[in-house]
Amino acid sequence: MKSRSARNRLSGRWLIAALPYLWLIAFFFLPFLIVLKISLSQTVIAQPPYTPTLDLAAGWAGLKAFLEGLSFSTYGLLAQDDIYLLSYLKSLQIAALSTLVLIAIGLPIAYGMARAPSRAQPILLVAVILPFWTSFLIRVYAWINILQRDGLLNDALRALGLIEEPVAWLASDTAVYIGIIYSYLPFMVLPLYANFQKLDESLLEAAADLGCPRWKTFFLVTLPLVMPGIAAGALLCFIPIIGEFVIPDLLGSSRTLMIGQTLWTEFFANRDWPVASAIAVVLLALLVVPIAFYENVHSRQIEGR
Amino acid sequence: MGRRFSSFNLVSVTLGIAFLYLPIVILVIYSFNASRLVTVWGGWSLRWYAALLDDGALQEAAANSLLIALASATAATVLGTLAALTLTRLGRFRGRLPFAAMLYAPLVMPEVITGLSLLLFFVAINLDRGFLTITIAHTTLTLCFVAVVVQSRLASFDRALEEAAMDLGCPPLRTFLTVTVPIIAPAIAAGFLLAFSLSLDDLVIASFTTGPGATTLPIRIYSDVRLGVKPEINAVCTIFVAVIALVVIAASILIRRAERRQQVSAY
Amino acid sequence: MRRGFTPWADPNAKPVVRFDGVSKRYGSTIAVEGLSLDIYAGEFFALLGPSGCGKTTLLRMLAGFETPDDGRVLLAGEDIVGLPPYRRPVNMMFQSYALFPHLSVFNNIAFGLKQDRLPKAEIAEQVGKMLQLVRLESLADRKPHQLSGGERQRVALARSLAKRPKVLLLDEPLAALDKKLREETQFELMELQSRLGTTFVIVTHDQEEAMTVAHRMAVMNRGRIAQVGTPQQIYEQPNSRWVAEFVGDVNLIEGTLAASADGVVLEDAQGRRFQAGAGAKVQPGAPAAFAVRPEKLRLALTPPPANALNTVSGRVVDIGYLGDISVYKVRLDDGATMKASVTNAVRLAERPIGWQDRVWLSFAPDAAVLLTV
Repeated sequence: MKSRSARNRLSGRWLIAALPYLWLIAFFFLPFLIVLKISLSQTVIAQPPYTPTLDLAAGWAGLKAFLEGLSFSTYGLLAQDDIYLLSYLKSLQIAALSTLVLIAIGLPIAYGMARAPSRAQPILLVAVILPFWTSFLIRVYAWINILQRDGLLNDALRALGLIEEPVAWLASDTAVYIGIIYSYLPFMVLPLYANFQKLDESLLEAAADLGCPRWKTFFLVTLPLVMPGIAAGALLCFIPIIGEFVIPDLLGSSRTLMIGQTLWTEFFANRDWPVASAIAVVLLALLVVPIAFYENVHSRQIEGR
Repeated sequence: MGRRFSSFNLVSVTLGIAFLYLPIVILVIYSFNASRLVTVWGGWSLRWYAALLDDGALQEAAANSLLIALASATAATVLGTLAALTLTRLGRFRGRLPFAAMLYAPLVMPEVITGLSLLLFFVAINLDRGFLTITIAHTTLTLCFVAVVVQSRLASFDRALEEAAMDLGCPPLRTFLTVTVPIIAPAIAAGFLLAFSLSLDDLVIASFTTGPGATTLPIRIYSDVRLGVKPEINAVCTIFVAVIALVVIAASILIRRAERRQQVSAY
Repeated sequence: MRRGFTPWADPNAKPVVRFDGVSKRYGSTIAVEGLSLDIYAGEFFALLGPSGCGKTTLLRMLAGFETPDDGRVLLAGEDIVGLPPYRRPVNMMFQSYALFPHLSVFNNIAFGLKQDRLPKAEIAEQVGKMLQLVRLESLADRKPHQLSGGERQRVALARSLAKRPKVLLLDEPLAALDKKLREETQFELMELQSRLGTTFVIVTHDQEEAMTVAHRMAVMNRGRIAQVGTPQQIYEQPNSRWVAEFVGDVNLIEGTLAASADGVVLEDAQGRRFQAGAGAKVQPGAPAAFAVRPEKLRLALTPPPANALNTVSGRVVDIGYLGDISVYKVRLDDGATMKASVTNAVRLAERPIGWQDRVWLSFAPDAAVLLTV
């Protein structure tokens, strides 16, 4: 009787896992395989705009022809043209720098939130989350209002007498940085805040009791304990920033080409699906290590270890 | 926590929140600007809101977005809840690692990659792009967010409640439906709202997977914005912001009230 | 202490609960090892022990939330090991109460009855009876978060009794209550149990609680039963040093046994001889101990007559004033300490015995228990 009820429980359980599992395999995993495949194909003026295509009706011969048509030539193209390498490096640079600034800005904000009177905290939380829920696009667009030539920033600076002529804030790296830091701030603050909240106040009191001044306690006690939050926040920002498209497209110049833009251009403007796919594969290869790192940090946080 | 809120803390939090809201506030104010130019304040006016009423394309895009958001959020909530259950209750089963990897990856994956891969997939299986493809794409993206929210609630769920129900004669499935689900309902609702707003807001993935007749609001706004600041866009955005703000605030209040009702253990 | 109720003494009585050689391991940790125990119908039975001794595991095995690796669990003669918790005629009152926060008090109590698909009228009647039993009639429509701690506890109790289970399991039910409330509730539980006649099995780490409420108790240590008996048996006749020290305070006099015609004689390291009551056959030369409870030590400021039995002397090094009793810690001349407790029967501004006073401790032969383990 014991095994029967145990078996019943097991079969029901598999159904719970099966549905999302199959969905993810179909719409997450398989698409990646297809990206890989297309990165090994060549461009043609046709529909779909790549060759070879897999014709299952042609049976085994069709499969052979298909496999023979695959090649790494597209990757060769990537290596030849400087623009791709520059885009990757640019993206890494922007992502790294932004993440550092985000940590620097996010820490005091999250720390301040965690130390606020407990009745104020839920309100502060909603206040920080609200912009996050309000369209990403809108918030980036809002900066155009401020940063454009005849925009508010120039107006304010001229009124303060700091500049004579309007500065071209838009279409620059600076604008991209501002846009990225602004948009990703909630992604950094929230994990940090969650981590600060879980901090045991008595640890800080113990440090003070043992003679440690407040600023020292922050660096010797608080910061090490907040490392998981910093790691989570940093990865949560760094990884998507590398592939950012909207912000550099709206706020950047033709010189601030990030890899997300390059991919977009290749796909939509040049209709070069194999190159776009190759860019995606290389990008993914670059990100595999940080993503795996993130999964590790994340699962440890979720499982509360 | 909550003691010794120093002046440094106060300044950091205030500056941070001001920074977050400044552009939005400016945008809202300028949606009422009678003048077309940002630099010139022409007085308060509703003309841009009126102009919206004539913009059929924008309205259609808005309707599309709402429909897709509703459909994908519903599917994502179901799948995401099941996924969260799988990870918290099924223990260490074979294939758990790849499952967790696939589930959490979209949280960080650059959207251009997910968008591209889904479009290529749809082309490969000869699925025409339109409502269905965007909905499938959004479901896939947002289900992992739902899973994270529900999973964190399930992790802190008091198993004693389920044991009590079973002890009183309730078999496992009925226990789940009559005890567990009602209690984690706030988290599921939060997941739904999250999925809804993520879908409503998405530009990149929608752009890749859209088809004729399925233009979404972000796509529309984006193509208009590329041509420069238009006051009508300010108006649309303000409405958008107002609606979302109301929904989020209302949801937060309801969810917190529901959670407070659950503080009923002995300690 | 209830007189006359001793089903365990009846050789023909069949236990309502029997654990037969039950073992349970978690990885390399042994929770319960080869444990056998009988509990009889109508008993209020306590499982007492330090944390980690396996008492909660045993309780959960009875409830159906743990499955033993070896052995059988019998309920009214039937092996229930394979039976899931929702099919057992056993109900549990949880330590954290586990009240359903989304249901009213009425629906919490009715929950188990609804699972049996009883007619609505019958359910309402039974819930009404339960509410009366725990005196919560006016709170039927409230939700748990609107109740005080004591009220929630009574709802949990009513809910677990609503289905009239054969056995009611209580998992440290009073741990969250303050002392006064705990004592009141203990008596309420005892009264309830004898009125309903249901078998109660309570898990507790509080010895006083176990001894107050239980007909019999099992003292557990590291997955095994150290001793089973009535509170009196366990307190007055512990079967081992561990039980003697775990339940209540005790003075242990270590030594070797000596032959004697008058009873059991123990000779300690200092050569002093102590005598306990007659009876047990002893092996001269074997190591053993006498256990003497503090309240059984007589404390005197004057030395006893020269031929007095069982006397030691020392100085008072500590006095603990507990209101009803005073506990005197006496350091004997050889360095060992003993504790004697004396009832403060008279209100005195100053007690006659003070710090550093030389005192003589003595005990009657029948006050000592021989321990060989």
